[in-house]
Amino acid sequence: MSFHPTMAYDATFHKSARPLLEEGPAFAFTPGNRARFDEIVKRYPPDRRRSAVLPALYMAQYQQGYITANAIRHVAELVGITRAEVEDVVSFYTMFYTRPVGKYVLQVCRTLSCALNGAERVTDAIGSALGIKPGETDSTGTFTLMEVECLGACDRAPTIMVNDAWHECQRPEDVGRLLDDLRARGDAALSGCHHVIEGRKA
Amino acid sequence: MEPLLTKYVREPNAFTLDFYLQHEGYEGLRKALALKPDEVIEIVKASGLRGRGGAGFPAGMKWQFVDKKTPKPKYIACNADESEPGTFKDHLLLERNPHLVIEGCAIGCHAIGAKVAYIYIRGEFVHVQDVVERAIAEAYARGFLGKNIFGTGFDCDVHVHRGAGAYEAGEETALLESLEGKRAQPRNKPPFPALVGLYNCPTAVNNVETLSNVPFILRKGAEWFAGLGPEKNGGPKLYCVSGHVRRPGVYEASMDITLRELIEGRAGGVREGRTLKGVIPGGSSVPILLPDQLDAQASFDGVQKAGSLLGSAAIIVFDDTTCMVWLAENLLHFYRHESCGKCTPCREGTDWLHRILHRIESGKGQMGDLDLLASVAANVGGKTLCAFGDAAVTPVVTGLKHFRHEYESHIREGRCTLPAPWRGQRSAGAH
Repeated sequence: MSFHPTMAYDATFHKSARPLLEEGPAFAFTPGNRARFDEIVKRYPPDRRRSAVLPALYMAQYQQGYITANAIRHVAELVGITRAEVEDVVSFYTMFYTRPVGKYVLQVCRTLSCALNGAERVTDAIGSALGIKPGETDSTGTFTLMEVECLGACDRAPTIMVNDAWHECQRPEDVGRLLDDLRARGDAALSGCHHVIEGRKA
Repeated sequence: MEPLLTKYVREPNAFTLDFYLQHEGYEGLRKALALKPDEVIEIVKASGLRGRGGAGFPAGMKWQFVDKKTPKPKYIACNADESEPGTFKDHLLLERNPHLVIEGCAIGCHAIGAKVAYIYIRGEFVHVQDVVERAIAEAYARGFLGKNIFGTGFDCDVHVHRGAGAYEAGEETALLESLEGKRAQPRNKPPFPALVGLYNCPTAVNNVETLSNVPFILRKGAEWFAGLGPEKNGGPKLYCVSGHVRRPGVYEASMDITLRELIEGRAGGVREGRTLKGVIPGGSSVPILLPDQLDAQASFDGVQKAGSLLGSAAIIVFDDTTCMVWLAENLLHFYRHESCGKCTPCREGTDWLHRILHRIESGKGQMGDLDLLASVAANVGGKTLCAFGDAAVTPVVTGLKHFRHEYESHIREGRCTLPAPWRGQRSAGAH
């Protein structure tokens, strides 16, 4: 029985929704990533290796593009916790992908300050330029479109996060140019963060 | 007031250790290490420094509460999760002045008897993480971190920990859970982190801006710091102004400034031809203020007196083109997405609120929905482990209080009655 007299527990939206993960190919860290993991784990007390689960999952995602059941097994072994415990973490945090994504993941901030400055139109414009809806990848596998909640870049609204980089003050009418530019020049097409006044980092 | 925290942020290479050392860098730590830990805590208490993360709790008290008698290790956890909508000040500090917060972490460690500080940076700040990690490496290389700092026998390690996309990780106990490699879900309190925190050890969780003020307090004294602002609201404050203003950005000021000066003066007010409709003064979780309430002092106490909260000092401004049902729907979409799912009222209630708002906004609401909104909100607020539940219902409760007529006209006319040109196709539905 629901705790509210007239509202039923029929929410379709749950963080605990748990589709079975793709097995994926056999997975192990590259020697470089393994060495990096061994360094990172030293930041935490020896009996608290579990703290390294987020960094380990990031490395798995950078290495393979997304998190598979095999990647979870490898991380669980290295960290010393169960696979279920790792999957519990993966399914909670929004920055881990459990399905393949495009070469460029376009994450448009949709929260208030960006929305007040036209973020919804930016998402619409990207969607219609690529023929996809938020959550989908275009047919060439180049772009995945997502809407995300507040990126913390509200003074440069609307902001899009493209893979790991920021692209600030995006106007809906300039979306076509951004997509063309990304195809032609990759990350160099992005504005980056305006605080970096020394020029773009390598 | 001359800026302190942001004085050099626009200068090239302000983030480097060399630049920092040319501007009294690590002098606060040097002074702190010549004092006993208790003396450092007394100075910070005397300064009146209040936490800049949202709650405004006195930082010195937080350090004093840390259990120092236990043989267990102690920790500083620096909260750089910065995820309250409208907040972008810690980003600026970390990006342009990372040594300030690193020095603050080291002073905090000395004060509470810790040897390790973790800076928990939100996952989306990838470029920020790079800057902070390089700054930490520089500090180790020059002996400001590591073993036997300044030859005093004090050891201190500072590490970065990257989050992975969860608003709730900004709640202090959820942050600790996340640091321990689990879901970012809050713990029941008490016990508070000062007694049982990271790895069940005493821990002080402090916001980036809070820790960034500490080196100045050590360098220049508690009295000087307290004198920079009104009583009990001392020191410099960073304000994030965004939304419908001409010059959105981070503005540093003494807390005797008014909300109106910040919005109309510093940020240039609303755009030509538009009028100001309302302001959320402390991040999306606090009550809306109306234009006639903006002469309130933008201090912790001043904003509270005006009927809202200073929170993270994220001032979101919206003009007369903004539909208040749409605004509430936008924010409830956020809360519904970010609810960690631990407490049923929040997990279900935010989804219910969002669905009811969506149906009103798209013209399918009924008058009974207004009471239903209020009823669901009353079943969420105050009924959850952390403050998220109260935060999530605030846009609905204060929206209904000030703008009930807009909700009613949506229902009567069966459409959004204020579909602004800056909105997208899906949300505007009816137009």
